[in-house]
Amino acid sequence: MPKTLIGAAMAMALNIPMTAAIAESADIAELKQMIRQLKHQHEQQMRELEERVQRAEARAAAAEEKALGTAGEVAIIEQRAQTRPGTGSNAFNPAISLVLQGGLASYSQDPDDFHLEGLPLGGEAGLQDEGLSLWETELTASANVDNLFFGQATLGLHTDDGAVELDIEEAFVDTLSLPAGLGLRFGRFYSAIGYLNEHHTHTWDFADAPLAYQAFLARQYRDDGIRASWLAPVDTLLLEIGVEALRGDSYPGGGNDGDFGAVRNLFAKIGGDAGQDSSWQIGLAHLDVDVAERTSGGHSHDHGGDGPVFSGDSGLTVFDAIWKTSLSGDRALIVQGEYLLRDEDGQVDLAEEAGNAVFDYDGRQYGWYLQTVFQFNRRWRAGLRYDRLSANNDLAIIANDTGEADDDILAESGYQSGSHDPHRWAAMVDWSPSEFSRFRLQYARDDSREETDDQVFLQYITNLGAHGAHRY
Amino acid sequence: MLKSFTRLLFTLGSLALSMTAQANVQIFACEPEWATLAKELAGDRANTFAATHAGQDPHHIQARPSLIAKLRSSDLAICTGAGLETGWMPMLQRRARNPKVMPGEPGYLEAAGQVERLEIPAALDRAEGDVHGDGNPHVQLDPRRVLEIAKALSSRLQTIDPANKAHYLQRVEAFSRRWLAAIQRWEAQAHALKGKRVIVHHREWTYLLDWLGMQRVGSLEPKPGIPPTLSHLADLKELQADRIIVSPLNDDKPSTWLHEQTGTDVVVLPQTVGAVKGTEDLFGLFDEIIRRLTTGDGA
Repeated sequence: MPKTLIGAAMAMALNIPMTAAIAESADIAELKQMIRQLKHQHEQQMRELEERVQRAEARAAAAEEKALGTAGEVAIIEQRAQTRPGTGSNAFNPAISLVLQGGLASYSQDPDDFHLEGLPLGGEAGLQDEGLSLWETELTASANVDNLFFGQATLGLHTDDGAVELDIEEAFVDTLSLPAGLGLRFGRFYSAIGYLNEHHTHTWDFADAPLAYQAFLARQYRDDGIRASWLAPVDTLLLEIGVEALRGDSYPGGGNDGDFGAVRNLFAKIGGDAGQDSSWQIGLAHLDVDVAERTSGGHSHDHGGDGPVFSGDSGLTVFDAIWKTSLSGDRALIVQGEYLLRDEDGQVDLAEEAGNAVFDYDGRQYGWYLQTVFQFNRRWRAGLRYDRLSANNDLAIIANDTGEADDDILAESGYQSGSHDPHRWAAMVDWSPSEFSRFRLQYARDDSREETDDQVFLQYITNLGAHGAHRY
Repeated sequence: MLKSFTRLLFTLGSLALSMTAQANVQIFACEPEWATLAKELAGDRANTFAATHAGQDPHHIQARPSLIAKLRSSDLAICTGAGLETGWMPMLQRRARNPKVMPGEPGYLEAAGQVERLEIPAALDRAEGDVHGDGNPHVQLDPRRVLEIAKALSSRLQTIDPANKAHYLQRVEAFSRRWLAAIQRWEAQAHALKGKRVIVHHREWTYLLDWLGMQRVGSLEPKPGIPPTLSHLADLKELQADRIIVSPLNDDKPSTWLHEQTGTDVVVLPQTVGAVKGTEDLFGLFDEIIRRLTTGDGA
């Protein structure tokens, strides 16, 4: 198109001087007339072109309008769909779920005498009450607070010697939209140490806690504090690193003396997939505790006095790993294990009616469990678990005003180790008629003490209300 | 030990940075059908990840670590919604630390929320099984609803990635044209199915039957999500049905038993893309469903 225009212009430019050379006035007039005609024709063509462009533009605009119409239509659809949920005053109520747990426990040895050699039990550690009883009733409410926070609280109801205890198991707030994969949690929560510790007991695969959890975490460790963690922007692998500063009021802490963070936890988790149907996660955590006057039941708590009191430093390192494979027909295999290593150093006070005794305590202890659960179909699962604990404690009497022999004092304290490593085998089978109920039968051959204890549990777990999403 | 750990972190960090540098929209699809739809509508402007495959039941998925990692770096998550992913998606959203894909944001789209849902229960009671308060969530099996969802998904893509608005518009227009033509074809092929009586395993076929004008006379599951029981199956023997419809995920024992008792043919239908051969995209999925339903193939 520009080529022809240029060509025409050139021809005109060449033509005019040539015709001027021939030079007859009539001819000139004729030429002028021709040029006018050309000019007119050209103008008309330009106008036509312009009109065509305008028409094309209008068509494009119409097309865009139509396209916008598609989006507008979509907006209407979304609006229609979104106006459906109830708008009453209770529409913002938190998701509430109630977990009812209970069961039957039977032991061949006296459950009140349960102890682990060299590892005095603290806090909530110990066996379930013998016979038929409620184990735990948990009420959980959770919701987004606003666009920035999520909150969750779990209230636990327990019966202790006939009295009902209300316990705030957890009450925490999570940030939702910090940038760069950062997150904060504050309030009371289960510390990110080990795999099972962060899971509520009703999601555990066995009716009781592993021995290592009994010994080192008093079943499960939760405390008041703050957690900061970071989720790395890795595409296919979970990599989370975090720190916690906790109050230290509950075992393995021993009470808070006003410091911020008597307990510090450093943790990392890595997890991913292995093929289409398997996934895994490993975790490493180190809990550093300034222990101030931590009490424990000791070996014989009916002896009078308050039992031994420990002050010093405690370091607990936990390594955990889990593997899950799902197979066709709702079958699945879960293998999981944890290794806990504890180093404690400090002094233990023992108050007796006749006077006090004090001894140095330097302990190096470890415990682990390995368990596997196989799911046969949606309803039936079976599992096997092995537990082991070992303590190696160095004790040295500093002062003894009790009138008893030093060796007797050490033996009574529960801190003496050496002759027996607690271990246990457990097998379970459970049946889940729906996602909301589960019944479990578990047998354990427990060699925690010198004499074997045959333990049988029949447990029920039911979940009412909101269908909570479960952690991995 | 600490040194090598720091080095590992550094390597992972730089790897991550190089990954986030890509310009394409990262789409996280809870189910394979939405992954396919997203690919159809975004073309080469998006990287699509499907959190589940056809061999998995989206009701029962673990909030596993790799999914948290994937959601962390996503710009848009499309899920079925209506409670289908309630056991895992909220946990992923809370743990992924990604404000873009939280409920209510443009980066989170629930497919079932874009269409009219069926079987919204008048009263909620778990005694009725695994019912969803927002109605039956299996909306991917009605192509008319799929089209509405496609438009909503495209509109979200345009919001999230305005630079490529024209591209998405052109693709959704092209898809709509091909899809409408396909719907006409399928409806013509399935004409004879209208009014046919079927027994289904799970109620995931509700929207398919609604579209084709077929009638569900019973379910092998006594209540949604509750595995079939013998006494319930015995009751179904009395029903007059033309077909028993199951998915490849369902246990085949109950349907086989009922077939042996009543002679009613069993048809295995793909419930999503990739469930059986030849269903690699949404067109193939409905082609195969209609083919199996009309020929009785896939027994």
